[in-house]
Order: sequence, then C-alpha cells, then structure tokens
Amino acid sequence: MENRPLEYDYTVAKMFMLTTIILGIVGMLIGVILAFQLAFPEVNLILGEGLAEYTNFSRLRPLHTDAVIFGFTFSGIFSTWYYVGQRVLKVSMAESGFLMFIGKLHFWLYLVGVAAVVVSLFMGITTSKEYAEFEWPIDIAIVVVWVLFGLSIFGLIGIRREKSLYISIWYYIATFLGIAMLYLFNNMEIPTMLAQSAAGESGIGAWYHSVSMYAGTNDALVQWWYGHNAVAFGFTVPIVAMIYYFLPKESGQAIYSYKLSLLSFWGLMFVYLWAGGHHLLYSTVPDWMQTMGSIFSVILILPSWGSAINMLLTMKGEWQQVAASPLIKFMVLGSTFYMFSTLEGPIQAIKSVNAIAHFTDWIVGHVHDGVLGWVGFMIMAALFHMAPRVFKREIYSKSLMATQFWIQTLGVVLYFTSMWIAGITQGMMWRAHDEFGNLAYSFIDTVTVLHPYYTIRGVGGLLYLVGFLMFAYNIYKTMSARPVEESELQNASPMGA
Amino acid sequence: MDIAELQAYGYFALTGFMVLVLYGYIYHLYSKKKDADGHDYEDYSNMALNDDIDDAPVTSMSDDKEKK
Ligand code: HEM
Repeated sequence: MENRPLEYDYTVAKMFMLTTIILGIVGMLIGVILAFQLAFPEVNLILGEGLAEYTNFSRLRPLHTDAVIFGFTFSGIFSTWYYVGQRVLKVSMAESGFLMFIGKLHFWLYLVGVAAVVVSLFMGITTSKEYAEFEWPIDIAIVVVWVLFGLSIFGLIGIRREKSLYISIWYYIATFLGIAMLYLFNNMEIPTMLAQSAAGESGIGAWYHSVSMYAGTNDALVQWWYGHNAVAFGFTVPIVAMIYYFLPKESGQAIYSYKLSLLSFWGLMFVYLWAGGHHLLYSTVPDWMQTMGSIFSVILILPSWGSAINMLLTMKGEWQQVAASPLIKFMVLGSTFYMFSTLEGPIQAIKSVNAIAHFTDWIVGHVHDGVLGWVGFMIMAALFHMAPRVFKREIYSKSLMATQFWIQTLGVVLYFTSMWIAGITQGMMWRAHDEFGNLAYSFIDTVTVLHPYYTIRGVGGLLYLVGFLMFAYNIYKTMSARPVEESELQNASPMGA
Repeated sequence: MDIAELQAYGYFALTGFMVLVLYGYIYHLYSKKKDADGHDYEDYSNMALNDDIDDAPVTSMSDDKEKK
C-alpha cells in the first residue's frame, strides 16, 4: 500500500468551497440590502407592497446573520478542514472509503439544512433567539451535520501518519467541541405539541414550534453565553486555525514561536467562555457576573494578541512578501484587523464605555471590522491558497486579486468609521439631558443625524460585496487557468498576471 | 451564605486556580523547551511547511509502532 503513489483527495474541500462562495454572495448581498434599508426605508418595499413581508428589514436581518455565519463562515471552516486536515496529518481521504462517505454525507446534509433554514426564515418561522433562530426539527438536523463533522475530524486523526497534532488541528477540535456544547445547551427547547397550558389545553401551535427551556434572566444569560462564544468558536478559533496553517505555508516561514501558539490556545480557551456577560451589562443578571464579564473581556486581549502577534512576527524579515503578494496582504491585514477588533471589544466591555456603546451602531461597527477585516479576509485568503492546489492551476489573476484587496479594504474602513461616528453620536444623544433631567432629544432626532453615516456604511458594504464578486470570478476562472506543476505549489501560490 | 454567594466564591477560586495552571504551563514550556518525546516544540512548525503526503512526518505513527 505504501508503494502506490498516493494523493490528497480534495473532493469534499471543493464542494464546501462552492458553498462558501455562494452563501457568501447571498449573505453579503442581503447585508448590503439591509444597510440601504436603514438609510433609505423605501428599500423595504423593493419588490413592492405585496412582497414587503419578505423583503422588510426584520425578515431579512436573521437571513443575513445566519447566511454569513452558518453559511459563508462555516462552509469556509469545513472546506479548509477537509484541506488542512489531510495535509498536516499526512493522510489522504482516498485511503478511507468510510471517511469519504462521511465527508460527502456531511456536505449534502449540510445543504439540506441550509435549504431548510432559508425557507423557514423567509416564511418568518423563528424561535426569536439571535443566531439560534432555527426551530427544533432544523436543530436536530444541524446536530446530525455537526456529528458528521466530528466523525470526519476524529476519523482522520484516527488514521493519521503524523503522530503529533499540528496547532491548527487543536483549533479545529476546539471549534467542534465548543460549538457542540454551546449549540446543545442554548437550544434546549420543548415542542409546543408536547406542552400543556395552565388551562389544560394541549397540542398548542404548529408542530414545528417550541418554547425554550429557559426564561427571563436565565434565558438571557444562556443566550449570551452562547452568542458570545459563537463569536469565539465560529469567528475566532477556526479562523486562527486557518491562519496558523495558511500564512506559514504561503510565506514559507515557520511560525515565529510554536510555544506561544500553544499557550495562546489554552489562554483563549480558558478566558473566552467567561466573557459573555459583557452583553448583559446593566441588566438583571447578578452584578458580580457583569463585573466578571468585563474583567475577562479585558484579559482576553492577551491570548488574542498572542496569536496575532505570533502571526505578524512570522513575517519578520520577510516583509517584502507583503508588498509582493496580494495573498499575503489579505492575511497580514486580517491578523491586524483581528488585533484591532480584539482591542475594541474589550474597550466596549468596560462598564462606563458600555453605558454609551450598548444598543448603538458602534457595536455593529465592531462586529464588522472583525468579520469583514478578519474572518472574511482570512477565508478568502485560504481559498485563494487552496484553489491552485485543488485545481492544479495557477490563480487566474494577481492584479484582480490586488484590486479586490484595495476595494475591500476601503469598504471595511468606510463601514467601521461611519459606524463609530454614528454609534457614539447615538449614545451621546440618547443620554443627553437638560438641567432638570429631561431628555434633550427624541429618537427621531438621532435618526435624522445618522442618515449620512448609514449611507456611507451602505457604500462601504457595497464595495466589499463588489470585491467578493471579484473573488468569486477569480476563483471561477482559476478552474480553467494555466495548469501548474507540483513543484510550483510548494509555498507562494502561482498567479497569472 | 446562600447558593449564589457560594457560586461566586467558587468561581473566583476556580479562576485563581486556572490562572496558576496557565502560568505553570508557560513556565514549563519555556524552561523545558522540549516535550516528553524529546522534540523541540519549534520543530512542530514543520508539520505545515513539509506537508506533502510523502514528506517525512515530524513524529511518525509507524516509528511508534516499531519501537514497541
Ligand atoms: C457586504 C458586507 C456586509 C454588509 C453590508 C453587512 C451589513 C449588516 C447590517 C446592515 C446589519 C444590521 C445592523 C443593525 O441591525 O443595525 C448587520 C448585522 C450583522 N452582520 Fe453584517 N454585513 C456584511 C457582512 C457580514 C459578514 C461577512 C458577517 C460575518 C461573517 C456579518 C455578520 C453580522 C452579524 C453577526 C450581525 C449582527 C450584529 C449585531 O447584532 O450587533 N456581516 N450586517
């Protein structure tokens, strides 16, 4: 068996590349529509009064968040797993018919899940819990998809040739375990058909409806323990897994300090889980929990910066590569945005700052400098690196990639700067009062003032979407670009003009 | 002392303990430099750099079997 020339099998990685791109386009397009709805309310009626039910902001918002999180980001995670996993474990999926089957099943069931989510959210069927809107039948399907993902992680680890697990594998395992725990606990719910009202009625509501097992303050606590850690185990941990593989590989540089990567891993695992309380400052949860949430949020800077600095230092003495390669630019800017948003978040978690920031657009700005600058850039960079290797062709166009980089960077900057100004203006106006304690402004005053910033955000988002379409086109054209030799694929990716 | 207060103290003590463990781990990594198998931690970066299917693993599963 050892004599047979063996190759990595990227079938499943390719399938998930496709959904990463398609769901990315869908999710971001909806994001842009939302942004323009906030600036120009007429956009709510974009398809006319009759269809307003389906095109209004509140119907589309969960579709945006779920499409970009569970669609774009998770497809990216799965796709890179099916690529990186084989390589650093030095084992091919072609060696195990079972794992190949699990991988494909994982993909197809995932697609079914996506379809169910899209349809149900468009119909307005939702549990109303943010990022956990899916009703119980879909929850069960998601659990199955997740178990398949786990099987394929541990299955591949089980047949590996490389005994040690590379740091990225630790992060993928943590993603798997973290999301499994969070998702199960937050979605504990009872289908209404099994419940009985106080008056003795049973079989209440549609069969797919359910009630959460938590209520009131407990519900809020569990929800934000989940919500915040969805950021941890969806937007941070797996993306760190990617950068720890793709940046060293593309640049040909060993990680600056492998030891630092190990301890930032444990630091991140230890600290992140306690920080969710910062979403509930000045609410009814116990005061000590709020304080703990703030403190852990600030401590979180350390392990976050540990990884990010480790990545930037990996480029030590090799900065000419950043200038020369747009692919490296994406990753270096990604880790810079990671540092930036992991500094911004802790600042917002300080109680006195939160008093101004909470419920304002500054939070939305924070979310998006992280997801656009870090998550989006890193996933696109990963796919750019993978494309020549899975298709055995050079990247279609380097200049297109460079143009995309600058357009999107401009988009991100417009997005977060406008939201900063909008958010802080909002926060200050809401709390302003005269000498007798009467509020100085009514809500509509803030809306009027914010209008230009909402427009700028819409334009920034549109630029990002345009860049993403350029990315999709570049990858599509790569499939038929100049074929390359194995030897060209060692480090820096081959790119056409 | 009611249950909520107990939880809070327990939480605080656990945090302190975990901090000690983390610092212990940092001390261990930087003083030992090598793991139990005698590999310098920094060598593990090569798992990403030399990841072709016929590259030699940093620590091979089959070596392990032969040793036994
Ligand atoms: C073309 C790019 C994008 C645009 C124009 C955009 C726009 C928006 C808008 C208008 C909102 C609603 C804000 C509000 O309720 O006031 C939103 C929320 C959100 N978006 Fe995006 N988005 C984009 C890309 C992304 C991506 C790529 C991700 C994640 C990978 C993402 C994650 C989120 C999240 C988590 C929220 C909820 C924020 C919160 O509740 O505070 N977005 N986005």
